[in-house]
Amino acid sequence: MGFQMERLGEVTVVDVEGQLIVGNRQKLKEKVLEQLEGGDRKFVIDFSNTGYIDSSGLGVLVSLSKKIREQGGELRLAGLNEDLRTLFELTKLDTLFKIANSRREAMVDL
Amino acid sequence: MNTKLILELPNDLREIEHAVEFVMQRCTTCQMQGRKLKLNLGVSLTEALSNAMLYGNDKDSRKRVRIEVIVGEHEIKARVTDEGAGFDPGGIPDPTSPDHLEKCSGRGLFLMRELMDEVHFNESGNQVTLVIRSDTDDDEAGGEADEA
Repeated sequence: MGFQMERLGEVTVVDVEGQLIVGNRQKLKEKVLEQLEGGDRKFVIDFSNTGYIDSSGLGVLVSLSKKIREQGGELRLAGLNEDLRTLFELTKLDTLFKIANSRREAMVDL
Repeated sequence: MNTKLILELPNDLREIEHAVEFVMQRCTTCQMQGRKLKLNLGVSLTEALSNAMLYGNDKDSRKRVRIEVIVGEHEIKARVTDEGAGFDPGGIPDPTSPDHLEKCSGRGLFLMRELMDEVHFNESGNQVTLVIRSDTDDDEAGGEADEA
């Protein structure tokens, strides 16, 4: 379980491995905010290797989305499997986020 | 034959992932679709435990959370009890309403209700019981039947 971060051109890509839940969501938030404070403005969070996300994880994504927008940046989510898409649809967060099918698609869109 | 499992956890959020994994591994005797087990039960149990630790026990490391799970052939019942004063589950606003959609919290109970077949609280509100059934006509995560 962890978060891998890499810079691809102007885009910071975060790979979420395992679960994004109450026990680790703060670490994701800290990592992304650190990059935001360092000047990064384009972010992709890739969930291709993610098992599930709980409500705290969803909450952190909402919070990050707001903070990135406030700084004039953009966030895309990518690689959501069917289960994760279900969670976004149930909570209607699919209307709040821009969700791409893949990391590549998200990066092209930014 | 039903299998009963009882766990007592310290009030530590880091324990949740391991506890949920432990419970899930012992639920495989239930005739339930893997996705429903992993997503619906996994997420709901995680929510119940984090609510118990964060709000029920108010992050107090001296308190504990108890999990009782009964695994039947077609049904799993999980009961999570904290040592707090309880809360009013009716007082939680709908997190999907436009006014609350951008809130960073308040989706846990909603997800439990969406993902489980039954969610009950005891009178004082410090114990939640989650019930999920393996119904072949009801295998979708949100509880809706597949259309042929």
